[in-house]
Amino acid sequence: MYTETEIIKDTTDLGPDGELVINMGPQHPATHGVLHLVVTLNGETIKKIEPHLGYIHRSIEKMCESLTYRQFIYVTSRMDYLSSHINNTACALLVEKGMQIEVPERAKVVRTILNELTRIASHELWIGAMAMDLGAFTPFFYAFREREMITDIMEDTCGARLTMNYIVPGGLMYDIHPDFQTKVKAFVKQFKEKVTEYEDLVTGNVIFQSRTKGVGVLTAEEAISYGCTGPVARASGVRCDIRKIAPYDAYDRVEFDEVIETAGDSFARYMVRVKEMNQSIRIIEQLIDQIPEGDFVGKTKNVLKLAKGEFYQRVETARGELGVYIVSEGATTPYRIKFRSPGFSNLSVLDHIAKGSKIGDLMATMGTLDLVIPDIDR
Amino acid sequence: MTNEEIKTYITAHTPEATFDETGEWLTILVESNHLKPLAAVLRGQPMQLDFLFCLTCVDYKTHLTMVYHLTASSNRNINIVLKANVNNADPIIETVSDLWRTAEFLEREVFEMFGVDFLHHPDLRRLILEEDFNGFPLRKDFEDPINMIKL
Repeated sequence: MYTETEIIKDTTDLGPDGELVINMGPQHPATHGVLHLVVTLNGETIKKIEPHLGYIHRSIEKMCESLTYRQFIYVTSRMDYLSSHINNTACALLVEKGMQIEVPERAKVVRTILNELTRIASHELWIGAMAMDLGAFTPFFYAFREREMITDIMEDTCGARLTMNYIVPGGLMYDIHPDFQTKVKAFVKQFKEKVTEYEDLVTGNVIFQSRTKGVGVLTAEEAISYGCTGPVARASGVRCDIRKIAPYDAYDRVEFDEVIETAGDSFARYMVRVKEMNQSIRIIEQLIDQIPEGDFVGKTKNVLKLAKGEFYQRVETARGELGVYIVSEGATTPYRIKFRSPGFSNLSVLDHIAKGSKIGDLMATMGTLDLVIPDIDR
Repeated sequence: MTNEEIKTYITAHTPEATFDETGEWLTILVESNHLKPLAAVLRGQPMQLDFLFCLTCVDYKTHLTMVYHLTASSNRNINIVLKANVNNADPIIETVSDLWRTAEFLEREVFEMFGVDFLHHPDLRRLILEEDFNGFPLRKDFEDPINMIKL
């Protein structure tokens, strides 16, 4: 048995300068995963935030060293589980680049549509969860109504709702569902009608605006120095969309705008994601009637072997730039693989932008960074 | 800047640097003691490679290689891979976290996974692993009999 003094620490002993250290997580409803933040407070003001990671670390990089180039893709769905299609695409593109595999046009177009649907689903979930963190419960149901349509489309075509594992080196695992185009068109129609509801509920909301405007400001120089990418960097005015910088799949033939905001605060990060969903819809509309007939997978050898050398592939996930770096020794498995995950770099800026603000603002700052913990830990 | 111009520019600063153009991007290999001065040159004018988008380490059994992927936020078409070999018995290299703040976390990850010691790092502690964990998991000689991650 513990004595009472061992269990209850003296609350008057606050350390030097009245500092109070509290542990946020690993089981905290607003971290949406097992993120452990050690927050040092002075009164209600944040003095320091120290992330402690590793609660969901599976050493995917080490695991991949013993998996073949066909197998390792399935593990990557478990990194950023909200962008699993896009993770799969990154790995497939890298193997295709390393082996000069020709991908059929049909596969390229379907991949692009699926990637954009994934991005919308991810942002939908984020809007719901983010608004809930700030105390608004209703947007969660609104967002999940549309997200449900996407997961149904995914279920029809890929057989799974979250970890799809549908994109393989050479193209797609199997052809799309016969109803795919009809269902996507129905989704696009419904989304365009309903997107104004989010604006009414959240964007114009006085409470939401006063809790996010001017909170967690990140300047462009800091965003670059901290390696931030995706909506976090674009809200600070940094052009970093990989779909524009190094187009892959069918992104070179579609028209869309890279959404840029300049304020750099939590509200700007929110606005970037809302506008990005509209751009994704624009991409889907351009491609959905243009899916070419033909094969859905290119000709590949049974055993995939990458040539000796180094390969790097970047893609734009819903959270930012995902990089896959492979060192190959010419074998059937990678010699070393590194995933440059967007969440890891975006988390590293949290201490910097939340310092000096009140602890209540931490929810808005952390929420708009859109952290997915398995992506950070890998 | 073309690859040839970059090579001339770098050779002027670090004559020992060797180049490899077989990959997608220009790769520069330097000795570990030349890495920090060269990184500072690349970060400054006129190259302005202000975005470190990947920092990692590769275990080649005989030695470790630190790999830095650099690009310029103003011109993302310039991509450079900077490499430096360190010995695997006592790996020490200068930190680049004062040039690129993102390196602070990435170097902490390399520190615990490969055991590379970063000189002058502001806060070199473990980030992912527990305090009492033995060994460096991403090194090739690491074996864990309890949590098998090999097939």
